[in-house]
Amino acid sequence: MTLTVRQTRLISRICWTLALLIVAVPFVFPFLWMVSSGFKSATEIFGQPSLIPRVWRWQNYVDVFEYQPFARQYFNSLYIAVTVTVLTLAISSLAGYALARIRFAGAGLLMIFLLSALMVPEEVTIIPNFFLIRWMGLTDTHAPLILLPVFGSHGVMATFLMRQYFLAIPRELEEAGKMDGLSRFGIWWRIALPMSRPALAAVSIVTFLFSWNLFLEPLVFISSLEKFTLPLALSNFTDSYGLPLWHLQLAATSLAVVPILIVYLIAQRQIIESFALSGVKG
Amino acid sequence: MAEALREKSSARSWRAPRLTLRQREAIEAWLFVSPTVVGFLLFFLGPLVAVVYFSLTEWNLLTQEATFVGIQNYVDALSHNPDFWHVLRNSFVFAMGLVPLNMALALTLALALSRPFRGVVFFRTVFFAPVVTSAVAWAIVWRFLLQGEGGAVNQMLALIGIDGPNWLREPDWAMVAVIVTRVIKMVGLNMILYIAALQAIPRDYEAAARLEGASNWQIFRMVIWPLLAPTTLVIFVITMIGSFKVFDHIYLMTGGGPENGTLVLAFYIYEQGFKFFNVGYASALAMIMFVIVLVLTVVQMTLRRRDMQ
Repeated sequence: MTLTVRQTRLISRICWTLALLIVAVPFVFPFLWMVSSGFKSATEIFGQPSLIPRVWRWQNYVDVFEYQPFARQYFNSLYIAVTVTVLTLAISSLAGYALARIRFAGAGLLMIFLLSALMVPEEVTIIPNFFLIRWMGLTDTHAPLILLPVFGSHGVMATFLMRQYFLAIPRELEEAGKMDGLSRFGIWWRIALPMSRPALAAVSIVTFLFSWNLFLEPLVFISSLEKFTLPLALSNFTDSYGLPLWHLQLAATSLAVVPILIVYLIAQRQIIESFALSGVKG
Repeated sequence: MAEALREKSSARSWRAPRLTLRQREAIEAWLFVSPTVVGFLLFFLGPLVAVVYFSLTEWNLLTQEATFVGIQNYVDALSHNPDFWHVLRNSFVFAMGLVPLNMALALTLALALSRPFRGVVFFRTVFFAPVVTSAVAWAIVWRFLLQGEGGAVNQMLALIGIDGPNWLREPDWAMVAVIVTRVIKMVGLNMILYIAALQAIPRDYEAAARLEGASNWQIFRMVIWPLLAPTTLVIFVITMIGSFKVFDHIYLMTGGGPENGTLVLAFYIYEQGFKFFNVGYASALAMIMFVIVLVLTVVQMTLRRRDMQ
């Protein structure tokens, strides 16, 4: 029996799809298992495995908030991520604009210096930064969790992304603004920024997630429970032996992950493009 | 009276000399970049200089303050402390396992998903989902799934008759587990970079090769792979650097254990600096990490330049 071209194509298509479905299992399964286990009791978690809990234990989601100030910690992560995003947008677009549009003495040197910051991992500078923050009297406050991402390599990445985008805006539009008597600041605010919405959106998305997921800095700088951010709080659902209280930990992790996943599913194209644009970070 | 007024106004104009356009532009530019510059000096360049100095001092709980000891910390790391070479070996094993696995999977997925078909958006969304998930959440869930007894992974393996190991309690298996789960977490990022590069290749190239009777494999080997070379190089270096700075994943999945089997450089720096307060030694380790990353970056740039010529 010989197959027509159409048939072979269909068969290869089906094989590819099957293979992709199998590969997809370890990408999807952890999320499903996380949510399901968050609804199980401490004993059922270690009983017969099943994706659907036998008894849906909503109490876990009450206990999560009683075990530690989880609502407060959730809010901390939220407001820190928003602050970091807004500051990064402002500072990186100002610097990115100057580097793209104004010819000034020292610009080349500044670019080289900033580029070098992209290559140095946070782990290299975290020890001196710890003493700097302590000297400023800012340990166990949220200030380092805002300052370090805004001015660290992530902020530099945002600056270069903005600069790249500003370079592509036609100069004529700015000339027209200059004719109308706008200052540099006015041109930046009224012409350059509105024209670069896609870049601003990309910086916002990537920066928000960067701050939301930050772990090393909170671990080093924060010690009081009510000042914890989510990643730190999630790692803290343990019994008196330091062993994880799985049912609470997974319920809390679901609470932290599922809202982000929902936003991701709605805006997946935009979010994936933002990461592709900011390139190469990770 | 009129003369006095004139004198006053001329004095004022003397005090504020007219700037040339260039000078005004330069001042504006430096105002625009000033927050970035101040932050850069304070939180990056200053600390970078400081860490060089710290690495040349003995500074721990006993000494309480920094005393200059020259290159003693580097000598300690390289020749006295057996932990260091163990840690460095772990970091390289981690990188050597993670980088090829990540890149091969990313390229395969990208080749499968670079053309539109029914379900392509679904698969891209699925493979990228772990990238937006926090590393902490990802590590917590996998630690749960990989428990020796009652862990979901082993229960599934039992269904097909395999008696799974206690993944995170045996040094070699723990290394395998942290590598594979990290690849699943991060592969989506490299996948989309490869998809973007593949979509930038003109379709005519492939069509021309096909007309000459090239097979799928030949087209990939002779046309697509060479055109992907710049992307591959960038992805290689980024993934490599990323694998040297992995911290949260290890911290939460294994805590560097068992028997220091997954103790990698970034974790060792954290442990020495913030748990044992060996500031001088930890700073020397940080400098070593800096040099490794620097060398990798320079190698990449040289390769790239040679590639372009």
